[in-house]
Amino acid sequence: MAEPILKVKNLNVRFGDHLVLENVNFELSRNQALAVIGPNGAGKTVLFKALIGATPFSGDIEWSDGVRFGYVPQRLDLDPQLTLTLRDLLMLKIGILKLSPDVIDEVISLAHVDKKDLDKRLVNLAAGIIQRGLIALALIGDTNVLLFDEPTSGVDSPREELIYETLHELQDHKELTLMFISHDLNLVYRYATQVLCINKSMLCFGEPQKTLNTDVLTKLYGERVLYHHHHPRPDRDNH
Amino acid sequence: MESVFYIIIITRVPIEITIKNMPTNLADILNIVLMISVAAVSGLVGSFALMKRMALASDAISHIALPGLGLAILLNINPLWGGLVALVLGAIIIWAIESQTKISTETVIGVVFSASLAIGSLITPSHELEEVLFGDIATPSVMEGLVGLIVTLVIGFTLLMIREKIVLSMVSQDLARTIGLKTSRINFIFLLLFSINVLLGLKFLGVLLMGALVIVPAAVAKNLATGLNADLWLSSFMAVLSVVVGFLVASATQLTLGPVIISVATIFFIISILIKLVLRR
Repeated sequence: MAEPILKVKNLNVRFGDHLVLENVNFELSRNQALAVIGPNGAGKTVLFKALIGATPFSGDIEWSDGVRFGYVPQRLDLDPQLTLTLRDLLMLKIGILKLSPDVIDEVISLAHVDKKDLDKRLVNLAAGIIQRGLIALALIGDTNVLLFDEPTSGVDSPREELIYETLHELQDHKELTLMFISHDLNLVYRYATQVLCINKSMLCFGEPQKTLNTDVLTKLYGERVLYHHHHPRPDRDNH
Repeated sequence: MESVFYIIIITRVPIEITIKNMPTNLADILNIVLMISVAAVSGLVGSFALMKRMALASDAISHIALPGLGLAILLNINPLWGGLVALVLGAIIIWAIESQTKISTETVIGVVFSASLAIGSLITPSHELEEVLFGDIATPSVMEGLVGLIVTLVIGFTLLMIREKIVLSMVSQDLARTIGLKTSRINFIFLLLFSINVLLGLKFLGVLLMGALVIVPAAVAKNLATGLNADLWLSSFMAVLSVVVGFLVASATQLTLGPVIISVATIFFIISILIKLVLRR
């Protein structure tokens, strides 16, 4: 395997007295696609926030030199009155990083964002388009590690698959290490080279085909997982 | 000294407004320029504040100046110093509450600001109270006016310089942190600039109404604008327009300036809602 781009050792996150993540350890190599799975409230998003430095933690998180990460949050909690357009949002990062506005054309084509959506208010865009916009935002600044937190609602399954196709395509086109939180095991099998199971503590880590067996999944999700694996989940239907 | 203003509306019928006490000396003119600049900056501040659902805090932040003003009047020092100390303390309090997200910000703000108003009203000598609450147009000295103008320009310039950082922190702290912004520091700088701007506006609008000059024009812009630039400039423009129209109306009618300005701004707000409703059809 190539040199590790990320080393996580004995990671703990607590909110007050409450331990949210306990003793998480893993390494990730360049250009891998790591899926993070686990039930709701298992600490997956918290793990991402610790990795990007948005929440305090104890233990070690070591990114290798030259890492530029982009983060795609599950959703943006936007004020319905917000007048900001998608172009404005992209321009914020471009302005702060002092890049050329031409970068917009490049990232929206990579993320498959339609040019006509650039100048609409963010709050008027569909969830799936906002998500692509957030991927475009994350790609600004020559990003080489992308952290993608899959939305739990608002984007339907077929569209979510298209997003993963886009991410996969991105990995082919440019040097990119991908970490994604997923609620859909089918997508994990299809797109992940590594999988990390989390339910407060770490329950598995390794290649999906070798790592994910009934024992691990039952331990992770409880019995419901069998239903979960073979049928589309009702709560992922169109909104 | 009387001057006559003509406002020519679309109908080309001139409406005559007679203004008493039209400013002629430097201090008076400076006072008006200061008022307009404070309005312009208030529009900017409000536009940022409303991106983060800070309407309540923004409206009430000026209340916290009252105990400081009252104490300064009692101790016979320049009220501005008292107001400055109280507002900076207020900015620190709000910032600390926001950093400790566990407490409900709105509740604490409700309590702290109402308490400031209550305690401040008790401290402030009663014959000064109305001026402090609603503002008055008594002209500051040329020196005060100049300092105020310079401070206002510095606030406006700083806000525009760091606007991308402010907006990204307002929209998503996580995204801002991902690209290395110190969101906590940016929030604090914003609140500090906000407070100083409020202090400069207290003279014209008073403790109760200054918050409205920040919020109402920004709300107009939120109703009508699409895009960050349009939002910022429209908000700023609406605040200036409210102050200018308010000043003309107050001068012509001898009504108190502060309430007139905010009434004018509110009329603009109602019009903006109507326009929005019509456009939606």
